[in-house]
Amino acid sequence: MSDPLHITLAGNPNSGKTTLFNHLTGARQHVGNYPGVTVDKKEGFFTHKNNKIRIIDLPGTYSLTAYSVEELVARDYLVNEQPDVVVDIVDASNLERNLYLTCQFLELGVPLVIALNMVDVAEKRGISINTEKLSKLLGVPVIPIVARTGQGVDALFDTVLAVSRESEHPPTLLRYGSDIDQALSEVVPLIEQNNLLTSTYPARWTGLKILENDEQILDKAMLADSTLAQQLLNRSETLTHHLQSTVDAYPEAVIADHRYGFIKSILRQGVVTRTFDVDRLYTSDKIDKVVTNRVLGPLIMAAILFGLYSFTFTYSTFLVDWLSSFFEIISSSVDTMLPDGPIKSMIISGVIDGVGGVLGFVPIIMFMFFGIAVLEDSGYLARVAFMMDRIFHFFGLHGSSVMPFIVSGGIAGGCAVPGVMATRTLRSPKERMATLLTVPFMNCGAKLPVLTLIIGAFFSSHQARYMFLATVAAWLVALLTAKFLRMTVLKGESTPFVMELPPYRFPTVRGLLIHTWERTWQYIKKAGTVILGISILLWAMMTYPGLPADKTAEFDTMRQEVAACQSADNSVELLKIDGLEAEAGLQNSIAGRIGIALELVSRYAGFDWRTNIALVGGFAAKEVIVSTLGTAYSLGEVDPEKTTSLTDRLAKDPHWNPVVALAVLAFIMFYAPCFVTVIAIANEAGSWKWAFFSMGFNTLFALCMSVAIYQIGTLLGLG
Amino acid sequence: MQTGQSGTISSINIGGNLGLRLREMGLVPSTEITVTGHAPLHDPIKLRNNDQTLPLRNNEADHVELTAATIGGKR
Repeated sequence: MSDPLHITLAGNPNSGKTTLFNHLTGARQHVGNYPGVTVDKKEGFFTHKNNKIRIIDLPGTYSLTAYSVEELVARDYLVNEQPDVVVDIVDASNLERNLYLTCQFLELGVPLVIALNMVDVAEKRGISINTEKLSKLLGVPVIPIVARTGQGVDALFDTVLAVSRESEHPPTLLRYGSDIDQALSEVVPLIEQNNLLTSTYPARWTGLKILENDEQILDKAMLADSTLAQQLLNRSETLTHHLQSTVDAYPEAVIADHRYGFIKSILRQGVVTRTFDVDRLYTSDKIDKVVTNRVLGPLIMAAILFGLYSFTFTYSTFLVDWLSSFFEIISSSVDTMLPDGPIKSMIISGVIDGVGGVLGFVPIIMFMFFGIAVLEDSGYLARVAFMMDRIFHFFGLHGSSVMPFIVSGGIAGGCAVPGVMATRTLRSPKERMATLLTVPFMNCGAKLPVLTLIIGAFFSSHQARYMFLATVAAWLVALLTAKFLRMTVLKGESTPFVMELPPYRFPTVRGLLIHTWERTWQYIKKAGTVILGISILLWAMMTYPGLPADKTAEFDTMRQEVAACQSADNSVELLKIDGLEAEAGLQNSIAGRIGIALELVSRYAGFDWRTNIALVGGFAAKEVIVSTLGTAYSLGEVDPEKTTSLTDRLAKDPHWNPVVALAVLAFIMFYAPCFVTVIAIANEAGSWKWAFFSMGFNTLFALCMSVAIYQIGTLLGLG
Repeated sequence: MQTGQSGTISSINIGGNLGLRLREMGLVPSTEITVTGHAPLHDPIKLRNNDQTLPLRNNEADHVELTAATIGGKR
C-alpha cells in the first residue's frame, strides 16, 4: 500500500483547528514534541474514501515570523516536511485577521485548501460569505465547514484529495508598495542566480524575509553564502533607511500593512455580505461587563479558582484513597509472599512506594486539568490573564502565569507538578521559564502536613496565623524571585500582551476529555520511567550499608533480654528496641552519613543530622519528611496524619526551639522541589539544565533564608 | 485612552516584535477601533477591532495613533 497522504492543519488560535482535528481523528491521536522545543506536536490518522490520511495539527499562530517558537515550528514544518496539502482553518466571523496568516501561506507557496469554519455562527449574525468569489480572488479552494458538527468536512477532504494530485503550487505574488517591490526585484535575481537556500525556500520568500530582517533566515543565509548574504543585508539596510526617512516605518511594518491592504481589497469586492448586523460579541460583552468588572471581577475570579480547588481535591480524594489502598494491598501481599531481605525491602519501599507515589498524583492531575480545560475552552482563562496581568507583569511575568501559581498551591494545598505542566499555556518563553522555576515555592499539599507538624509543635497557639503567613510568604518569595530571575538569568524584554479575548463558548465534552487525557498520559509516560529509578536510588540511600553485624547482634541480645524477663508489657519494650535499631540503621546509611556530613553547613541554620536526613528524604516527596523524622527520632514509621507523638518529641527535644523551627519551616518551604516536580521542570523547560538549576538555586536560597532566621533569632535571644 | 473612545488608526509607530504583533492582530492604519473597557487595575485596556476583543497593555497602546477620536460617539 502507498504511503498515507500527509495533511497539515494550520490556522489562528481559537479558529477551531483542534476541534476539527479531534473530529477527524477522535482518540486515534498521538501527542509528542517537536524536536528540541516544548511545543505539542499532535498527529493522527484517519481514512477518507479509502485514502489513508496522516494529519498533523500545527500550533495555532497569527503569523509566521521568527519571533516565537510556535511560529518557527510551524514554518519549519511546512518547508522541511513538505506536507501534501495544508488545510488552513479560517474563522468566518473574523475573516480579516485570519486571512493575514493565509497570505503568508500564499507567499510560501504551499499546496493550500482553506476551510472556512464557523459559517453557521457567521450566518446567524447575518453575514454571508461568497466562498466562490473568495476562492477565485485568493486562487485557492475555499470550503465552508462547521468543525463542531462535522458539516462540510467530507467536501473539504474531497478537495484536499484533488489538490494533492496537482503538482504545481507557485507562490502568490503580493505587492508591498514601490520601495519594497523595487528592492525585491533587485534581491530575488541574486538569490536565484546563486541558488541561495533555493532548495528549501522560494527565492522571493527568502528575499522578503531578508527585507523583513528575519533572524532565522539571515542566519541561514550567512551560513550558506556569507558574501552574498552581506550584500543582501546591505540592500535591506538601504531600504530600511529609506523607509525610515520617508514614511517613518520599518520594512516589516510596511510589508504587514500591505498584506492587510491585499486582504481588504479582496474583502471589498463583494466577498462579505451583511444582511443584518448582529454583534457576535453581544453576549460575550454582556458577560464580560460582569465578569471583568472592577469589583465583581476579582471576587468572581476568586470564587471560580476556589471552586477549581474544591472540585479537584474533593472529587479526586476517593480515587487517591482507592489507589493508595490498592498499593497497600499489593505491598502486604508482597510482604507475605516474599521472604524477609533486601529484595523484599526494595520491592516494597523502592518500587511499589515509588510507582504508587507517581500514580498517586494521577487523579489530582486528571481533575485539575479537566477543570483548567473547562476554563480554557470556555474562554474564561484569557479573562483571568487579562485581569491579573498588571500585577504579574510588574514581577516580570505574564497575566497567564496566574494559573500555574494557583494550581501549585497559591491557595495552600495544590501541587507543583500540574502547576509546572500548566505553564505550557504561556506563549512567551522567558515569562514561562520564570513561572515554572518559581511555582515550586508555593505550599503544595505535601508540604502541608510537615508545616502543620512543626507549627503544631512550636506555635500551636497561633496555628491559623502561621499557616496564613506561610501562604503569604510563599507568594512574596515566588514573585520576588521571578522578578530577580527576569533581571538576571532570564533577562529580556517582556512579551507583548497581544492576544485575543475569544468569545465565550460552551466547551464540548469530547474536547475536554481529550485535553484531560493528553495531559494525564503525558505525565504518566514521562514521569513513570525516571521516577522508578530515582525512587529505588533513594531507597538504597536510606537502607545501605545497614548496621554492622555486631550492632545487629547487640539489638538482638537486647530483644532476647526483654523477652526473657516475663513482664506484662514487653511488647512496648520490643517496639522501642525496633525503633532504636531503625534509628541506628538510618544514621549509618548513606543518607544518614550525608545528613551528618551536612551538619557542617546546616549547623549555621540550627539543623542537626536527624533533620538533615529528613530533608534529604523530602526530596522524594515532601510528606516523607514527617515519616523520616519519625524514624530518626526512633519512633518508627510515623503516619503523616497522626503525628502527636512526633509533635511532643520535637517540642521536648533540646535541639529544637522556636527559632530552629522557623528556620526549618523556611527551608522546607523553599528548598529543592520534590523530584517529580524536578522531572516535570526538565520536561517543560526542554533541558535538564533548568531542572538542576532549580534544585541548586532553591536549596541555596532556602539555606540562606534559614541561616539568616536562625542567626538573627539566636542573636535576639528568641531561641 | 479612555473607555468609550473610538477612532481610526493613523499609524502604529513601533517596529520589531511588538509592532508586528499589533499589526498581525489587525491593528493597521485605517482600521477603526473602540476602547471597550479595562482590567480592574486599569491596565491592560480592551479594544474592539474587526469584530474581536483585544487586550493591550497601556504602554503598548501608546504606540497606536488615532485620528478623529471621539468619546462616546461625540467629538
